[in-house]
Amino acid sequence: MTAGRAVRVALYGALAALYALHQDAWFRHDPRIVLGLPVGLAYHVAYCVAASLLMALLVKLAWPAGLETDGDAP
Amino acid sequence: MTLAVLVAYLGCVLAIGLVSHRFFRGTGEDYFLATRTIGPFVLLMSLFGTHMTAFSLLGASGEAYRTGIGVFALMASSSALVVPAVIFFVGTRLWAVGKRHGLLTQVQYFRARYESDGLGLLLFVVLVALVVPYLLIGVMGGGLTLTQITGGQVPGWVGGLVMTAVVMAYVTAGGLRGTAWANTFQTLVFMVLGAVTLAYLLDRLGGLGPALERVAAAHPELMVRGDAVPPLKLLSYTLIPLSVGMFPHIFMHWLSARGAASFRLPVVAYPVCIMIVWVPSVVLGVLGHDTFDDLRGPAVNSVLIRLIEHHAPDVLAGLLGAGVLAAVMSSLDSQVLAIGNMFTQDVVRHYGFHDQMGERQQVLAGRLFVGGVLLLTYLLSLVTPTRIFSLAVWSFSGYAALLPVALAAIFWRRSTRAGAYAAVVTVAVLWIWFFSVGGDDPAYTVGGTGVMPVAVMFLASIAAVVVGSLVSRPPSEATLARFFR
Repeated sequence: MTAGRAVRVALYGALAALYALHQDAWFRHDPRIVLGLPVGLAYHVAYCVAASLLMALLVKLAWPAGLETDGDAP
Repeated sequence: MTLAVLVAYLGCVLAIGLVSHRFFRGTGEDYFLATRTIGPFVLLMSLFGTHMTAFSLLGASGEAYRTGIGVFALMASSSALVVPAVIFFVGTRLWAVGKRHGLLTQVQYFRARYESDGLGLLLFVVLVALVVPYLLIGVMGGGLTLTQITGGQVPGWVGGLVMTAVVMAYVTAGGLRGTAWANTFQTLVFMVLGAVTLAYLLDRLGGLGPALERVAAAHPELMVRGDAVPPLKLLSYTLIPLSVGMFPHIFMHWLSARGAASFRLPVVAYPVCIMIVWVPSVVLGVLGHDTFDDLRGPAVNSVLIRLIEHHAPDVLAGLLGAGVLAAVMSSLDSQVLAIGNMFTQDVVRHYGFHDQMGERQQVLAGRLFVGGVLLLTYLLSLVTPTRIFSLAVWSFSGYAALLPVALAAIFWRRSTRAGAYAAVVTVAVLWIWFFSVGGDDPAYTVGGTGVMPVAVMFLASIAAVVVGSLVSRPPSEATLARFFR
């Protein structure tokens, strides 16, 4: 497996893991306040930030090959 | 003052749309896709503004008032991951194919990829049928909200009429360029206004911490997801944002991108945009109990408006009204343009002119269809019962369940016309069946298990496209060479 492909597979794995982490059973009945918000809400706000960071990595390291040339071709 | 702010806002939107007309190049591709020149920022704002509706401001705060913070996980953070992932995996590839082959609509893509006129026609009917309730909800919701915000000064039918007229003016004049520019302005308006409203109201409530403590003391159940959103519902609801992969209006915006690089910003920034819009709505919805603790039934959806009426001056009410209009119009404009595009390209041009329609004829047909669809939508909104609002989730579910047809078309060479037909018919049958048993119950889940109907429809759609493809003849080599490299 090439290094580029390994990175791509790792990022797809991270995507699947982040999808699984959406199921926050551990905070389901937890009323604590964290960072000024109920922890169940703070977790999902942080989740949005994590999603953005993962997307940035996907864009930088796993951008679909050939799109630019395919699309920009006359 | 409220009315003055609303009129000023509508004037700005109209001006932006009309100015865009000066850049119009007179071709069908320019009218429907801005000659594929949309850059990263406008693409982000267009996609996000088109996707977000007034529900993100009013419905979300109402749900948070009713069930607590769980609504953010259910509807917002799931979209924050799923939507950009769909743009990344599906949108970029469809853009590339669309540009390479000069495609203008998603029906053209499916018709060519699956080598079937009939499938294209079937998809046209299904896609348009699913967007109709979405259009009506926008016009009716916007009109009703304006009535509430102006204290009855603007009747619902007048609000709906004004909104429809403004959208008609800038979409018919500016096409997709006008729509994209107006969307950019409107999306910025409702994003900024959410933050401003949150800051102002938190100040009036004595700060976030003390207000949350008071609500938590009276309603501890609102501070947790608890039983309001059971695990199976949370899990199956994550499939609903997949609908962006099949929305005709989102597809149209994808095709308008200047290059593949234009997608990078939308993919990265989408989750943050969702957070910016939904956090204020959900927090203020929960904190609504601090001011009004007795809202019941449909009244909970007006909790944000009531908070502003109670705590804020006229001008903020006007700005909130502008925010709601922005959310409604930025979806409505793209939806009608997409439908106008589909009628022009997929029906009139394909069947009436055998794909030989002139540029000016395309533009004229597009404008007539946009005007006609808007007029029809407005007239229907006057006689449609308000229970249509419950159709939104059904509309989204239908689109999401059709996504396997697109995924198979893009990623699976062996997928065939028969597989696509099987999936579309399966989804249509299941959708009608689920709607007939659960359409009147907003809390309906399959057999009371917590599983949303979309999960069953989505899995059945995958099974249908796989089985249907494997038992039928593979696509021709010419088609494979055209769509796979």
